[in-house]
Amino acid sequence: MEKTIEINAKELNFKDLNNKIREYEKNGTVKITDLTGQRFIASGMNNKKIELNGIPGNALGAYLTGAEITVNGNAQDAVGDTMNAGKIIIHGNIGDAAGYAMRGGEIYVKGDAGYRAGIHMKEYKEKKPVIIIGGKTGSFLGEYQAGGLIIVLGLTKNDKPLVGNFSSTGMHGGKLILRGKAENIKFPGQTTKRKATKEDLDEIKPYISNFCKYFNFNEKEMLSEEYTVITPNSANPYKQMYIAN
Amino acid sequence: MKIEGEVRIPSGCAISAVISKEGKKMTGESIIKSMVPMHDRSNGLGGGFAAYGIYPEYKEFYAFHIFYNDNDSRVECEKLLKDRFEIVKAENIPIKKIKEITDVPLIWRYFVAPLASILSRLQLDEKEYVARTVMHINTNLKGAYVFSSGKNMGTFKAVGFPEDVGRFYRLDEYEAYSWTAHGRYPTNTPGWWGGAHPFALLDYSIVHNGEISSYDANRRYIEMFGYKCMLKTDTEVITYIADYLLRKQKLTLEETASVIAAPFWSTIQNKGPKEAEKLSFLRKIYPSLLITGPFSIILGFEGGLMALNDRLKLRSMVIGEKDDKVFIASEEAAIRVMEPNAKNIYAPSGGEPVIVKVKEGAF
Repeated sequence: MEKTIEINAKELNFKDLNNKIREYEKNGTVKITDLTGQRFIASGMNNKKIELNGIPGNALGAYLTGAEITVNGNAQDAVGDTMNAGKIIIHGNIGDAAGYAMRGGEIYVKGDAGYRAGIHMKEYKEKKPVIIIGGKTGSFLGEYQAGGLIIVLGLTKNDKPLVGNFSSTGMHGGKLILRGKAENIKFPGQTTKRKATKEDLDEIKPYISNFCKYFNFNEKEMLSEEYTVITPNSANPYKQMYIAN
Repeated sequence: MKIEGEVRIPSGCAISAVISKEGKKMTGESIIKSMVPMHDRSNGLGGGFAAYGIYPEYKEFYAFHIFYNDNDSRVECEKLLKDRFEIVKAENIPIKKIKEITDVPLIWRYFVAPLASILSRLQLDEKEYVARTVMHINTNLKGAYVFSSGKNMGTFKAVGFPEDVGRFYRLDEYEAYSWTAHGRYPTNTPGWWGGAHPFALLDYSIVHNGEISSYDANRRYIEMFGYKCMLKTDTEVITYIADYLLRKQKLTLEETASVIAAPFWSTIQNKGPKEAEKLSFLRKIYPSLLITGPFSIILGFEGGLMALNDRLKLRSMVIGEKDDKVFIASEEAAIRVMEPNAKNIYAPSGGEPVIVKVKEGAF
């Protein structure tokens, strides 16, 4: 059986905490308790499982290169900033700018995301980042998205729209997939909105499946819903301007 | 040393607040602790607190908190105060000497009432008279700076980290129904005692995280109405805008938020006709008071708080609740330090004001 090492983070600053996590590089799961906003946790780390309890600080898992981080609660701003590989699983809400400039790996959020989730996401060959948000999101979702996949399920029950204003502004690559018909949501002119096809659903299936497994939802029901896909318009001027893909 | 306005340092901050809707009193201990997890958001060049309901025995009097460079400036300023006010009490603000806080100026506190004879001669209401006096001292009296001038409230600020500033001013000995706090990372100015937050005029106080890009447009406009922006720091102008819109223009808090964090025209278009008309009206009447650039602010006033983000939400701000208390902070971690079991944690949208008031009669 894999060993679990426990670190109490109370009174530890972020540098000491990260050094402690690094000491246990090859020893299975590191469980951290009593977090009070320490930043940069697990930044750049790989090959380990980290379980977080309490409130992790900003830039959790920045530059992550392969570790799996589970947060048993909410996380703050800039989760998975410029992340390369690995998984971040949040059993709560996340703050602003989650997955900023993400280049690979997967972020799973049970609850809502703040503003600017997935902005500047990009992909290259086999490196394809994925963010899946169970709840709703703030404005500027996927602004300047250049690649990768953003999925928003909108499972939070309130009268707020699924996504805030100015979603997908400047989008020139990748895909945004929303559960439902995405009516009453304004998307910019350089994007196209269409109903998800079987191919789209096949593409999101493994991530929906993980989401349901992590957070206890019914996979079959979730997949039987209608989904809407937003992609850059093929006549989109940005496409020529930035990248040929 | 150069003071605010003499040098520009291009370069974030931490804010935090707690209020009891029942008007229950809290010492400063908890709010000081809330700043600890956000330590790295400040750089030691400014920390401060505003506390409401702390002077119940003098609640009829304006409480002036004043920094003096030296004794001569104190003598000169006190002469002016005696000419204009009845001074019922004058004292040093109690401090604790600690090694983290250095270059301490003279810090005095006065409880004053405007002389009725002068008010009737000038045909001014009391608050306007007090505001003008504050502007006069801060502009014309070298070495004197009034940093708090409201009734039954006070701000306490210094150069240092907020946790240290709180200990320095012995805030665990004060009891308030609402507290705000700030940790400073000066952007533009060098960090002097007067430039720390909160900025306050009368009972309005502002703590601010951000750096507004409309500073000069806002300054030029607001200076037409007798305000003087001496310190070239953006928070000062936000404080005067709040005072102008709320006290002089008698706007509501919601309307004030719609002026300073006005929605985009495209957003207004999608609103219902009545709301769209109101929002357009406010944008057209007060175009120069639109504040652009990143900000999250907490406005303190008698009996309440208002938290507000810029319309693009370029800064973080989180709200939480527990029983009669509402917590506001730049980071959730700060709220959890004050109340580990805080409920309903959420981040308001850009431009969406969060207004919390103490129930009538409880403050």
